[in-house]
Amino acid sequence: MQNNDNNATVIRVMLAKIGLDGHDRGIKVVARALRDAGMDVVYTGLHRTPEEVVDAAIQEDVDILGISLLSGAHMHIFPKVLELLKAKEAEDMIVAGGGVIPDDDVKELYQMGVHKILLQDTPPQEIIDSFRQLVADRGAR
Amino acid sequence: MINRIPSMELAERVREGNLRAIARLITRVESGGDPDVRQALAELYKSTGRAHVVGITGVPGAGKSTLVTQLVHEYRASGRTVGVVAIDPSSPFSGGAILGDRIRMGDLVSDSGVFIRSMATRGTLGGLARPALDAVDLLDAGGFDVVLIETVGVGQDEVDIVRAAHTTVVVNAPGLGDDVQAIKAGVLEIADIHVVSKADRPDSNKTIQELKAMLMMSLEPGKDIWRVPVVPTSSEKHTGFGELMAAIDRHAEHLERSGEITERRRQIALTRVVKVAEEIVRDNFARDSRSQTEELLKKVTQRELDPHGAAVTLLKAMKETIHESH
Repeated sequence: MQNNDNNATVIRVMLAKIGLDGHDRGIKVVARALRDAGMDVVYTGLHRTPEEVVDAAIQEDVDILGISLLSGAHMHIFPKVLELLKAKEAEDMIVAGGGVIPDDDVKELYQMGVHKILLQDTPPQEIIDSFRQLVADRGAR
Repeated sequence: MINRIPSMELAERVREGNLRAIARLITRVESGGDPDVRQALAELYKSTGRAHVVGITGVPGAGKSTLVTQLVHEYRASGRTVGVVAIDPSSPFSGGAILGDRIRMGDLVSDSGVFIRSMATRGTLGGLARPALDAVDLLDAGGFDVVLIETVGVGQDEVDIVRAAHTTVVVNAPGLGDDVQAIKAGVLEIADIHVVSKADRPDSNKTIQELKAMLMMSLEPGKDIWRVPVVPTSSEKHTGFGELMAAIDRHAEHLERSGEITERRRQIALTRVVKVAEEIVRDNFARDSRSQTEELLKKVTQRELDPHGAAVTLLKAMKETIHESH
């Protein structure tokens, strides 16, 4: 039942805000840009726990879990999310990070297993392109 | 590249209630799917028919998501497991969608007795009903006691989805349009239960009274007929949701007792079969018979053939090309 115009390969993305970080202007702009690029975007709203986000991402079976952090808690939250995904046998989910993250930490996050970090000044088109690339590289699931 | 688990293998895990398997199969169903997905669904369909399916609809802003969240809490407190399929409209321009129900349902996750899945309407080509109802089947086969389908009640497709439920709840909010709006909307007739949300607001009483009056008019005399209740709810004051669950349970009992359940099951089967048939035809139009379609369209525009004749010709040609995999 292939319908190339309507389904086939719609990329599903969850955009999440975890912890005490009340800034969601950026993530909403990203949500809108991804939608306009034809993706399905599930936004979690503010102040979620890593457990809530991981469980929701698994139920929604998203291709990409994008977490925006402007609170400085990234070195605490990303390992937790990756650990939970592994524990729930969902390590095939692509994890992307965005927001304000220092260069040294970016390096470390990549080593940890975060697939992509897109910092605060990334243009929307670059986010769209890299999300498409990440899903293409992963292959059919 | 990752290791793709065969759909039949996932189907086995769905039967065991594995949430990840349910989630993945819904994704495959939604993306159009390979033949092995249809096969897995056909197999799992044998394990369905146990869940009570509740359709929840109403105009945007009526408070459906909030109501669903509260209702899930009630079901969990009564010891039942709940699956939710929440449908949001896709952008007609890009086909993408922002699925926002997760915001309001945030406090429901991290409970293995609850499974929430957001789906997009995918434009206007009628691609909505099949994946959404397949998702209901998957949750049913996965052992959920109750499955809630939440959708915006603004189109035929959405009404069809609600028609595929055992119990239909229509959510009305006070102050949303005038009295006639309720009649015009056409959703009035499909309700087994009416909810007036935001009942803490002073103008809610007017809405409740109007609905009740309208329901009185449509009431036919008879012994074992279902009298559509109007249930006021308020998430502000946390009232009415227990009553709503009780009303849904009463409706389920009524269906069983009166034997109406048989007719309703038939109706659901009819809706679904017709929906899938429509989709197969549409799909074929878009794909296999494109060159032939163009030729026929030319004849129709040049008045060599009338539209009805062209349609019959197309359908006859289609007969040869419809495969099992659909």
